[in-house]
Amino acid sequence: MPSLDHSSNTAWTLVFLAWVLATISTLGALFLGEVMGYTPCQFCWYQRIAMFPLVFVLAAGLFPFDPRVIRYALPLAVVGWLLAVFQMALVVGLIPESVTPCQKGVPCSELQVVWFGFVNIPLLSVLAFSSIIALLFSAHFKGSK
Amino acid sequence: MNKRTLFITAAAALLLTFIVGALLYTTQKKEQSTQLVDTNRDALIRMHSPTLGKPDAPVVIVEFLDPACETCRAFYPLVKDILAANPDQVRLVLRYAPFHNGSDKVVAVLEAARKQGKLWPALEALLATQEDWSPNHTPQVELVWPHLEGLGLDMEKMRIDMHAPEIANLIAQDLADGETLKVNQTPEFFVNGKPMPSFGYEQLIALVDQALNEAKQK
Repeated sequence: MPSLDHSSNTAWTLVFLAWVLATISTLGALFLGEVMGYTPCQFCWYQRIAMFPLVFVLAAGLFPFDPRVIRYALPLAVVGWLLAVFQMALVVGLIPESVTPCQKGVPCSELQVVWFGFVNIPLLSVLAFSSIIALLFSAHFKGSK
Repeated sequence: MNKRTLFITAAAALLLTFIVGALLYTTQKKEQSTQLVDTNRDALIRMHSPTLGKPDAPVVIVEFLDPACETCRAFYPLVKDILAANPDQVRLVLRYAPFHNGSDKVVAVLEAARKQGKLWPALEALLATQEDWSPNHTPQVELVWPHLEGLGLDMEKMRIDMHAPEIANLIAQDLADGETLKVNQTPEFFVNGKPMPSFGYEQLIALVDQALNEAKQK
């Protein structure tokens, strides 16, 4: 069945791209934390908890390709996305600082890094989780066609 | 390219980028740090800085130290060993970097002890008993006094001296210099103005040895 093969190939590629994104995000977070020496705020840690396992879960689902990996990876990606969006809301000021549960250490509403005037770490986190979710969903629909 | 090759290539490329990036970043950081010291020579050593060892020793170790920092405590015997092994060659200059919350008050106590000529014994006594007066990494100045008994210090005088404006100024200056030199962790060492290539005992010893050799060749 060449058509099934084709769709499963597309699904594989999409999951693979999600893995690439998760790996870039993980290495990027490690670079900021371990190499550049920025102290991760509490929210960053929770997002790391959602992001880091994706590298291994998605990789395990690629060889041999198991479409169910999408099911197992999505909860992590969705929780990470919610956390990232919440932090983004803190940064932008949609949520007043008094509600933040993380005021000891590095405050999560404070931006330690800003590139080009608007790119910051919470924004990158939102983008990474959103893209991973989008890729996993499209892999799911391509695969079931 | 089959899937397996694609995956392995991507993984290797990403990892390699990370490693090369990390190496480039750290070397660049070190160069910047050396340059910072070169352009801010006066921020490295101040007239007020306590020193240990012969004043004209050719090798000068500047240590940014926080009395409440555990790694500073661990490094202190090593620094003393280096001084003991090269008595006329190496001098230690102490700069304060009280990064722990409340540590500045402990530095003020040390400076008050210095007014009675007992800075180094007081520092050693406090480093040795760090866990007692800094429980859970929270320095509490009220807890340090019992550990200074037996050094022959006039404690009443110290309690007044530690609030002297010149001590507050000295601490503020050391903190400002630390910021200028981008010292953001303790202990930080500069040997004749050079920072350690990476953090560790061996790196410090190697840096001192290198400075000793350079001094001999002069």
